[in-house]
Amino acid sequence: MQDQEVIREFLVESYENLARLDQELVELEKRPKDAALLDSIFRTIHTIKGTCGFLAFSKLERITHQAESLLSQLRDGLRDLTPSLVSLILDTVDATRKVLTSIEATGEEGPEGFDALTERLRSAAQLTLEPDDSRAVENAVAPPAGPSPASPVVAKNEGKMASGDAEAGPPATAPEIVPSVPEPKASPVVVISEGSRSAEKSPASRSEDESAKSSAVADANIRVGVGLLDKLMDLVGELVLTRNQILQFNTEREDAALNATSQRLNLITSELQEGVMKTRMQPIGMVWNKLPRVVRDIAVALGKQVRLDMDGAETELDRTIIEAIKDPLVHLVRNSCDHGIEMPDIRVRAGKAPQGRLSLRAYHEGGQVNIEIADDGGGIDVLRVRQKALEKGLLRPEQVEKLSDRETLNLIFAPGFSTAQNVTNLSGRGVGMDVVKSHIEKIGGVVDLASKPGEGTTVKIKIPLTLAIIPGLVVTSGGERFVIPQVSLLELIRLEGDSSEKHIEQVHGTPVYRRRGSLLPIAYLNRVLGLNSTESHDAVNMVVLQAEDRQFGLVVDGINDTQEIVVKPLGKQLKGIPEYAGATIMGDGRVALILDVLGIGQRSGVMTESREATRPTSDQTGQSGNDQQQRLLLFRAGSFNRLAVPLSLVARLEEFPQSAIERASGGQVVQYRNRILPLVSLRDVLEPGACEPDQVADPVQVVVFNDGDRSVGVVVDQIVDVAEEVVTVRQKSNRQGLLGSAVVGKRVTDFVDLNYVINSSSENWSQRTVGSPIGRRILLVEASPFSRGLIRSGLDMAGYRVLEASSGDEAIRALEQQRVDMVIAALDLPADGSDGLLSTMRHRPEWSAIPILALADPALQTQMDSIRTAGFHDCQTKFDREAMLESLARLGAALTPSELVPAWAGKEH
Amino acid sequence: MTNGAPAQVPEILQGGRGKNSGQFSTFYVADLFFGIDVLCVQEVLRTQQMTSVPQAPRVIEGLINLRGQIVTAIDMRRRLGLPPRGGDLTPMNMVVRTEDGAVSLLVDEIGDVLDVDAATYERPPESLAPAAREIILGVYKLPDRLLLILDAERTVDLAVGVGAGIGRA
Repeated sequence: MQDQEVIREFLVESYENLARLDQELVELEKRPKDAALLDSIFRTIHTIKGTCGFLAFSKLERITHQAESLLSQLRDGLRDLTPSLVSLILDTVDATRKVLTSIEATGEEGPEGFDALTERLRSAAQLTLEPDDSRAVENAVAPPAGPSPASPVVAKNEGKMASGDAEAGPPATAPEIVPSVPEPKASPVVVISEGSRSAEKSPASRSEDESAKSSAVADANIRVGVGLLDKLMDLVGELVLTRNQILQFNTEREDAALNATSQRLNLITSELQEGVMKTRMQPIGMVWNKLPRVVRDIAVALGKQVRLDMDGAETELDRTIIEAIKDPLVHLVRNSCDHGIEMPDIRVRAGKAPQGRLSLRAYHEGGQVNIEIADDGGGIDVLRVRQKALEKGLLRPEQVEKLSDRETLNLIFAPGFSTAQNVTNLSGRGVGMDVVKSHIEKIGGVVDLASKPGEGTTVKIKIPLTLAIIPGLVVTSGGERFVIPQVSLLELIRLEGDSSEKHIEQVHGTPVYRRRGSLLPIAYLNRVLGLNSTESHDAVNMVVLQAEDRQFGLVVDGINDTQEIVVKPLGKQLKGIPEYAGATIMGDGRVALILDVLGIGQRSGVMTESREATRPTSDQTGQSGNDQQQRLLLFRAGSFNRLAVPLSLVARLEEFPQSAIERASGGQVVQYRNRILPLVSLRDVLEPGACEPDQVADPVQVVVFNDGDRSVGVVVDQIVDVAEEVVTVRQKSNRQGLLGSAVVGKRVTDFVDLNYVINSSSENWSQRTVGSPIGRRILLVEASPFSRGLIRSGLDMAGYRVLEASSGDEAIRALEQQRVDMVIAALDLPADGSDGLLSTMRHRPEWSAIPILALADPALQTQMDSIRTAGFHDCQTKFDREAMLESLARLGAALTPSELVPAWAGKEH
Repeated sequence: MTNGAPAQVPEILQGGRGKNSGQFSTFYVADLFFGIDVLCVQEVLRTQQMTSVPQAPRVIEGLINLRGQIVTAIDMRRRLGLPPRGGDLTPMNMVVRTEDGAVSLLVDEIGDVLDVDAATYERPPESLAPAAREIILGVYKLPDRLLLILDAERTVDLAVGVGAGIGRA
């Protein structure tokens, strides 16, 4: 089938070429010195010859080859053009056309040998080698070149040619007849080649109706400039938008005539759009067709055995995209064969089949086309990639250490990187993967690489269908409209009535819905996008979506309708946001965002393989989104190799030269931003009495913490990284200066007790806060000692006096024993502790005036307002230090000054 | 004519960055007076219907439909780290051409197109706020006020200056 397609294309192309040749040859006869024209003719013949060779049409190849050598002599100026030569070439064109007709009808070149023609061409080409003859030929009107030692056939033909010309009048006009008359017999010029003609006569009658058919193939296809198609596509896009606008007007008006017209416009536009889209679509198989050959050649060259599986060759892509991915695809396939799949003996030793498998897969997903190139080879050795990155000087050692495996793998796409042990002539020169990446990114695609040592490597290319028109479902959330590509949509669910909330159940805080017996994870679009919730409680609208074999429900405020939308790319400024696939213009002329279903799934946490995890720095929203996810600053001090503080507490990271450090009032200080910054050495705090290190770091690394007009610098040995993690294992520490340990980035990390560290500064932080109007007593109620420590350190630094409680009951005891100005309560206290505490406090007159600030899990951000109305004075997300302090300041300001604790600080110190 | 010291030619007039016309479309943001090379400016529009983009950097006000083209609108107040616009002030769109296509800058008020004298050019002071330092090419000392020249490409590149970092203030 594929071959036939190729042949069909070859035929179409060749007919066109031949038609042009006819014209050009005639032109050439008028202007024999036109080098450009001659060049073009030469190229045309050359192209046909080349393709014939490729398709194994040997007869045609032979003929065109001879014609080509003749033309090359002409082009090189070895001989001049004569009418007889033109005729000869025109004969060749006719013969070629004849063979093509035969190929079209039967798939074969036909029985004819065209030996006479070939012989004539060959001898004509040889003639030039004889200077005498070339002179004879030069003189077009010269009589037959009698003394020619060349084959008599040629001589005879030449003679006849000349006489034929004489009969037919001026030579320039004679050949003109040829192209216009399909049956060459009518032309007097053709009489010359009667010898060959007679041999061709037998199939002549057959070729008559065949030629009619042949023109049908040629006529059924025309070549159109891509620019024109692009323009048409743009116009159709505009038309679709205008149509949508008219349809919207129509629904607003009660006009039967307008209604009928707009319906018709609707239909026609849809059809036109479909048609124009089709003109630009090509199956990806067009590119894949050449890959079996590529794979075979590499396998043979390297002595490997590779089987190539292709799945989804019919997946259609816009032609511009096909064009753009051609080279990257070939390169990736080469790479997989060359570096991925091992030699047969190694494979057998590893317990695999000697024959490696390379599979290509293409499919549409979420308005995108995914192409996967997977091999079952040795995979990529992460260690070697790291080593290589060091050797090549792409990264410094400390940078390499910080890389996750996934990031390391993606180093392969860095310019100048290649891990091949041996540079082969196929690949391994370190150019390519970066080019692959940049090519794909140029068309708005993404390349991702996954590899398991010993099991193979998969490269996944995702190409968005920008410029395409896709059906989409319009939904609303938080008052905004969004479009969900129809391809990702499985079903719509509406949960009505009082029980609607009950339909959505919780599995350890994770919302799920029982859909036909199995649990479907639920995400809320409002929360994912941080929009205000306008969801009503009497009904829940849910869109069931699929991305990457996974399904989830997305709760939206409203479901509108489906529409054809024109996908338009977002500007550079918005490219990095995974939630959106693009934007479109709606019927009312306003812009609406198109959701990236996969991005939404990952962002909301319903799909685990988190894209953010590989891009720790790209997250702008910080902690919002995932449960307990925090950004941590990791550093090293003394014998502690992995220490952490929440990044939200850090004001700046600075380097100071040793020479800048001065001594003042018994401690070390530096001048920093026109102020004196006290320094605390973390090493001294954590390991008092430990011997000084051999080398004094210069410059020193300082983490600056500040609040208001006070700052302190904590000297560390080295800043290691910033990590964004859900802190998992927790263990409280008994060591002074440390809060506890947790696993960050798969390694145990100690959390620094900032409060302790800062208090050990000789410039006593707390003392200075005594006079501050915010020296209030706060009761912090939080079950997790770890979280409590983190929150506390933020409060301590702001100058609050903090009392701690781990449960509602403990908090009530603390309230009974001590004076408290404000209460901060986590909402996730065990056994409804926060609600219990709230109601107890509200019912005890002496406590009812104490403001309570609730700390909510970041995932509950959208419910903040309802929490605020539930009786708490305010609600903030946990670990949002700034917001918490702001809120406390606000609540504190409402208290009367008399409520301030008198002189408590004096007792303390 | 020449007084020995060669006149300092502004880098924008050397064609180093941006285009080179010596004419500037001017506009106001807060009490600052800005100019962008007139060749970079595509058009000026009144307030457009805006679609906000949740999760986008804060400097991005939203998307507008410019005759079928979707254009990102950047709030210049936030881009420059200036206080927000008062409620009654509706911003104007100054649409600039960039390598990445058209981008709209939301400004307070549009001024005239000015021809400036290259001799009045000076590089921006070192002490300029970091938010502005990266995107301001230089200053023309006009008789009555200072004209700050913006680099259109850098202004729309949110990786430059505070654009990226300002997201979570």
